[in-house]
Amino acid sequence: MPAEAHDRPAEQFNLRLRRYDPESGEAPYWDEHTIELAPHRSVLEAILQAKDRFDGSIGVRCSCRQAICGSCGVRVNGEPALACHTHLDAAKASAKDGVIEVEPMGNMPVLKDLIVDMDAVHWKKIQRVTPWLIAKQPVPEREYLVGKENMVDITQSMACIQCGACVSDCLAMEVDPGFIGPAALAKAYRFVGDPRDDQQDIRLKDLAEDPQGIFDCTHCFKCVEACPKDVNPMGQIMRLRRIAIDDQKIVDKNNGERHEAAFTTLVKDYGLLHEAELLPRSYGGNSWFGKFHPAAGKELLSSLPVVLKGLLRGKVNPKLALFGHKLPAADLKQVQRIYDTVEGREQRYELNLYITGYDEVEETPVPGGATSTNGGVSPAATTASGGGESPPAAPETEGSAS
Amino acid sequence: MPSHDVLIIGAGLAGQRAALAAAETGASVAIMSKVHPVRSHSVAAAGGINAAISVDDDWRSHAYDTVKGSDFLGDQDAIEIMCSEAPKEVMDLEHMGVTFHRNEDGELDLRAFGGASMKRTAYVADITGQALLHVLYEQLMKHHETVERYEEWFTTSLLQDEDGRCCGVVARDVRTGRMEVLKAKNVILACGGAGQAYKPTTNGLIVTGDGIAMAYRAGAPLMDMEMVQYHPTCLVETGILITEGARGEGAHLLNAEGERFMEKSAPNKMELASRDVVSRAEQIEINEGRGVGPGGSGIFLDVTVVPRKRTLEALREIVNIGKDFAGVDITREPIMIRPGQHYIMGGVKTDVDGATSVEGLYAAGEVACVSVHGGNRLGANSLLDTLIFGRRAGEHAAARAAHMSSPSFDAGTQLRRDESELEAIIARSRDGRRVSEIKNELGETMNKHAAVFRDEAGLQGALETIGRLKEETAKAWIDDRGTVFNQDVLGALELGYMVDCAEATVLAAIERKESRGAQYRTDFPERNDEEWLKHIDISRGKDGPEISYSPVTITQWQPEERKY
Repeated sequence: MPAEAHDRPAEQFNLRLRRYDPESGEAPYWDEHTIELAPHRSVLEAILQAKDRFDGSIGVRCSCRQAICGSCGVRVNGEPALACHTHLDAAKASAKDGVIEVEPMGNMPVLKDLIVDMDAVHWKKIQRVTPWLIAKQPVPEREYLVGKENMVDITQSMACIQCGACVSDCLAMEVDPGFIGPAALAKAYRFVGDPRDDQQDIRLKDLAEDPQGIFDCTHCFKCVEACPKDVNPMGQIMRLRRIAIDDQKIVDKNNGERHEAAFTTLVKDYGLLHEAELLPRSYGGNSWFGKFHPAAGKELLSSLPVVLKGLLRGKVNPKLALFGHKLPAADLKQVQRIYDTVEGREQRYELNLYITGYDEVEETPVPGGATSTNGGVSPAATTASGGGESPPAAPETEGSAS
Repeated sequence: MPSHDVLIIGAGLAGQRAALAAAETGASVAIMSKVHPVRSHSVAAAGGINAAISVDDDWRSHAYDTVKGSDFLGDQDAIEIMCSEAPKEVMDLEHMGVTFHRNEDGELDLRAFGGASMKRTAYVADITGQALLHVLYEQLMKHHETVERYEEWFTTSLLQDEDGRCCGVVARDVRTGRMEVLKAKNVILACGGAGQAYKPTTNGLIVTGDGIAMAYRAGAPLMDMEMVQYHPTCLVETGILITEGARGEGAHLLNAEGERFMEKSAPNKMELASRDVVSRAEQIEINEGRGVGPGGSGIFLDVTVVPRKRTLEALREIVNIGKDFAGVDITREPIMIRPGQHYIMGGVKTDVDGATSVEGLYAAGEVACVSVHGGNRLGANSLLDTLIFGRRAGEHAAARAAHMSSPSFDAGTQLRRDESELEAIIARSRDGRRVSEIKNELGETMNKHAAVFRDEAGLQGALETIGRLKEETAKAWIDDRGTVFNQDVLGALELGYMVDCAEATVLAAIERKESRGAQYRTDFPERNDEEWLKHIDISRGKDGPEISYSPVTITQWQPEERKY
């Protein structure tokens, strides 16, 4: 296998680069080059070959060539990626006309060619989440004693290389440029999940109350797909939400917490989402009577034009809107059983695929493989552990000198 | 014109640590880097950081291992400082927020590393450098009011007053192309090694010897430049590094016959002998026809002997590297590797506070040579080196600045000189060679003749080639005529830096007529303490490089035969 991988001869690949020269006064344009490399070499190596042989003025940030420095975030055939982490054969296969297209990342202003202004967007958002440890006092003489799994757990968000690929394609940020966004919120989890941090409650309250905080994410999974390091930014955002809601009992003014509750109870009650009930419950309280709450009435009234437009265009089915989906009783019971099982657990499990890996054929599944993030996050979470099938409790997290 | 007490060039681990230490004293501090700080090549350090923090350990044991690893060329006073200060430094970083992995008791976990007599390497999976670098950058963000950051600024030269004192730099804002003078009472160079003078190398494209060459041109001597580390486990084609942590976790090295050939040269430590020893053993297998893969040019690294769960948890990055850059699942099959250029033990000669012989100029990290690594650096000692001597340089420079007045000198001349040099490069006619061509030839020459095995004839040939490349570099042409992100013109300057570094390396390798550490001369295969237990210094004289010697500091460990 390795012998084969290293033995492949060079082939020709066509490269189409998005160029932009801010000094020329001209609009961006496309520039094509043919390069020769073995198919398992990277798009970055192709760009560098074009730069070395044909045109040294091609602008691209790069350094390590091994997906750790985070410099070469670009879009390859429209999808965000690290150029050094994308094989030429794969890139060619996903190209619409056989020509590998490389463009600068999205959601950030272009400075030159493939170089974008990360300071103006990405780093500003990172700075927003108080991106440093606020250490618990007193600081111990030696290390803080913390659970083994806690450190492995936050390694996932620590593994973020700040390449901006997730920021590039965040749909929520496209609509709301002020959204704190996937990279910065993943960074926030790195502290919220760190038992040594003293201000997890303040951090969570801040991020939950900010209208552009954790509840501004729309679950589109774009960042999960974009991330070259398996950081799973959306997953980190969801964990921030669960800790905020379940452990810290934060009820935010953005209705984020109530909106989530409305989703889950509606699916529990109807088996499928009852869209017409979602809004009134999110605003008016989590029951059928929610729609009579003044806050819900106001929201309903303001969304009437959209509803009417939907009706006229046949996008809203009046019967479904009024009565919801009807599931066969047996199916509904199955759905509700899932709720009973999950909600009946003594402790919440966080399945961290970063730790367990995706492909565990050879491993015997262990309950500990699904890891709790709770160790040391809040007093409530600590007392919740100790159930029969709970993972081993994390050692005390207070910074006692040893 | 901006003016600072301490100006740091380079924002990897040494630079950021220096900045924080200097700022803590209340000094006015700025840090400048040609890339965003988190892109610095410290980010790629994988395995970990050494410190005698275990209750069964003693810093003297760490120091002895380091001395032995250096093949007795390391200065023992500096090694004592580094190893004795290591535990506190690691704890300070832990308190700052580094997410070091823990053992079952919640204490820092330690892994085995090459050349170490016990488990002494603290780590964050196999992204230790990244975790350290990002946490230091968190601190720079926290202290943004006291540490000014010049991100994506390229230093073109060091400024000196009439007495030769370093008093600032000329630099170019890469984003706008604007050139500016920055005054400073003290300048700390922390801009890494010169790995790009080799091809292939594990080092990033930004590691081009800028600091080594700038200091050399300013009159500071370079030391131990012949000592260039080849890391034993790099991907055959691209030179990408597979961390020593893999062997630390128990991985084996196998030749084409499936033998663990390290038995022959290091029967006790096996795969965990020091890097020079392992790289040589691999090269012998390859040279004698027992290599694997096409042309027998590789060796197998077998990680499948490490439990899969442990590999996924502690060596995740190299699982990805195997998959993405070699098409190999290392948890299921061996991966082909070979020795590859990795680290320059030599650099700008400094004392234990990072001071060079040029007043006002400091150096720390790979750019510097204290010398704690001597002939061969132990794995996981480089992160330690950057942090200890980065901090010390920062503290010392800040203390010195407290007693100084702001430098006054005519900065305009140097600024104009640098501006016109860049303009001249941009305007060059296309009758010479491309920068990229010269760089390739330089890298291939170095990798052929100044590598694991060296001899007089090869080195002399390399010196001749470098002489020619130096002339060609002075006429090399580029394409980019712009000012915004003109990476092309900076590449031409970097090439000049690399040529200077390569020349010093080859000269010192020719000079040292013995085999010690990373320098193995097939024509002088023995270590010769009587004549060569000394450092080779290279300084820039009127008519080119001049060679001199300086003694090795020995405190408690007399040279002895080195066995693993």
